[in-house]
Amino acid sequence: MNQTVFAPWNDPEAKPLIQFKQVTKKFGEFVAIDALSLDIFEQEFFALLGPSGCGKTTMMRMLAGFESPSSGSILLAGKDIAPVPPNKRAVNMMFQSYALFPHLSVWDNIAFGLRRGGGSKEEIAARVEEMLRLTRLTKFARRKPHQISGGQRQRVALARSLAKAPKLLLLDEPLGALDKKLRQDTQFELMDIQEKTGTTFVIVTHDQEEAMTVASRVAVMDEGRLIQVSTPDVIYEAPNSVYVADFIGDVNIIEGAAAQEGDAVTITWAEGQPPINARSTLSLSPGQKVHFAIRPEKLTISAERPDDAANAMTGKVLDIAYLGNISTYHVELPSGQVLKAQSANTRRIARRSFTWEDTVWLSWTNTAGVVLEK
Amino acid sequence: MRRFTWFNATSLTLGFAFLYLPMVILVIYSFNASKLVTVWAGFSTQWYGELIRNEAFLDAAWVTLRVAFFSSTLAAILGTLAAYVLVRANRFPGRTLFSGMIYAPLVMPEVITGLSLLLLFIGIGLDRGILTIVLAHTTFSMCYVSVVVSSRLASFDISLEEAALDLGCSPFEAFRLVTLPIIAPAVISGWLLAFTLSLDDLVIASFAAGPSSTTLPIKIFSAVRLGVSPEINALSTIMIAIVTVGVISASLISKRSAVRQETETRAAERI
Repeated sequence: MNQTVFAPWNDPEAKPLIQFKQVTKKFGEFVAIDALSLDIFEQEFFALLGPSGCGKTTMMRMLAGFESPSSGSILLAGKDIAPVPPNKRAVNMMFQSYALFPHLSVWDNIAFGLRRGGGSKEEIAARVEEMLRLTRLTKFARRKPHQISGGQRQRVALARSLAKAPKLLLLDEPLGALDKKLRQDTQFELMDIQEKTGTTFVIVTHDQEEAMTVASRVAVMDEGRLIQVSTPDVIYEAPNSVYVADFIGDVNIIEGAAAQEGDAVTITWAEGQPPINARSTLSLSPGQKVHFAIRPEKLTISAERPDDAANAMTGKVLDIAYLGNISTYHVELPSGQVLKAQSANTRRIARRSFTWEDTVWLSWTNTAGVVLEK
Repeated sequence: MRRFTWFNATSLTLGFAFLYLPMVILVIYSFNASKLVTVWAGFSTQWYGELIRNEAFLDAAWVTLRVAFFSSTLAAILGTLAAYVLVRANRFPGRTLFSGMIYAPLVMPEVITGLSLLLLFIGIGLDRGILTIVLAHTTFSMCYVSVVVSSRLASFDISLEEAALDLGCSPFEAFRLVTLPIIAPAVISGWLLAFTLSLDDLVIASFAAGPSSTTLPIKIFSAVRLGVSPEINALSTIMIAIVTVGVISASLISKRSAVRQETETRAAERI
């Protein structure tokens, strides 16, 4: 394995393609983006993730040129893009509604941007054919947008926005209108196309699974601020706050008071319950209020108390959600706290070891969860 | 209310009789052989022949068509631009006032519109003729166009225009290459509406017309004051025929294209 890992964000020498510098955007009194700074690098597949109204679409529209920042500056390849109108930017956008021109054929939709660029007829035709091949639409070139299916429309929108070979492609909830199965296929297709073309992609989504699947880095946003910007695995395994832990995937949160000895942390959280043993690099003051976050799949469920577990608690099965490949058990501890534990259904459901009202043991290692200050 | 009842049948008959009986009588009497309008003397098409030989009527018809064509074209352009600004522009001072004012001519009594136009034409020393009728008709029909076009623009996906800008269009190119082709059906039906309004307008035209520029409605109205002639009946029948054919074909065309679009969309979803 002699592969260099793609991580320009860790390279202090790397020059970012896009820089947000203390960007604030206000709509009247409402602050949509709050003094936000962010670097996005060339060839990245960058995801802006957050609930609706968190400002992610505003950031994308500022990159496209449909909105301008109230203060601060946005740099593209080192140049401030504030005075550049949308039609002069080397940035293209794929719209949530696809925004295909209904009066033009698939071919003409893809050629639309190229014709504005002023290339020769042959160059345009060659480029359109290339885009049609890339998105597997050659058969449908002569059709109008209403004569093709939703998935094909999505690919036309992608082909059209990629045709001009932009430095940066913006994707606004590109897969929102597709059903789940098609969405998953298209996610891999998007990654494939991004790799083939080497274009920098910035995707806006509220779907955390989508962001985790496609992106090289994910920015979790809330109320116009970046909460955490990191690779998907770091976001999932080491969230920096309860907000991020809760937004990405399923999580158990336990509140308690911390006591620290080196990197070993003990969290006292309920009377009569054993304290939680965890590890953390944070420096906590004695008795500080903390949150302990642990993913359901990191909890092991068993009938007997495991001998060597760092943490073990007993409880009663309250509910079981059967999802086919996995089951989620809701286990109520004597303190009243309900923990979710997931286990893979390696045996048939009829042979399931636990059922409702069973007393079970939950256990986890001391590195399975994270200690969060906020 | 799907079932046939005597009550339904009666109300339908009464309603349609009220609407169409006068016109049916007019059409029937246009084929009357007698010169007396109210006495039936057998079938004849002689009045249609006389109509074609009547220079005054033909002149008036030609004036009317030219006026209708130019005024509806002007109204379509101005009305579309006004609608575009009203729907699209960001808030600017007086926007509400302006959008209210554009619809005012819809409810303004025609006599007042006509009179004020007349005063304006006299004031600026414009001789009354075809030009003044065109201007007057444009004035009152552009707000109809603007109503039709702005309702289409309101349901228009703004991201289509943004996409055009994003792909390198200047704002004017985006309008010409994307917005206009998509709202074209609304502009055309606005044009047709303006054309029809101009064709049958009597009040405003009589204020704006000069001695050399008599439109058909003015001609008919003044002829009727001397007594209804079978020739007028024939002329009116022709106008009814033109309007009927126009309305039916327009609705058939739009219905067929809607049906085709729907079947194609449904077929595409099954691929």
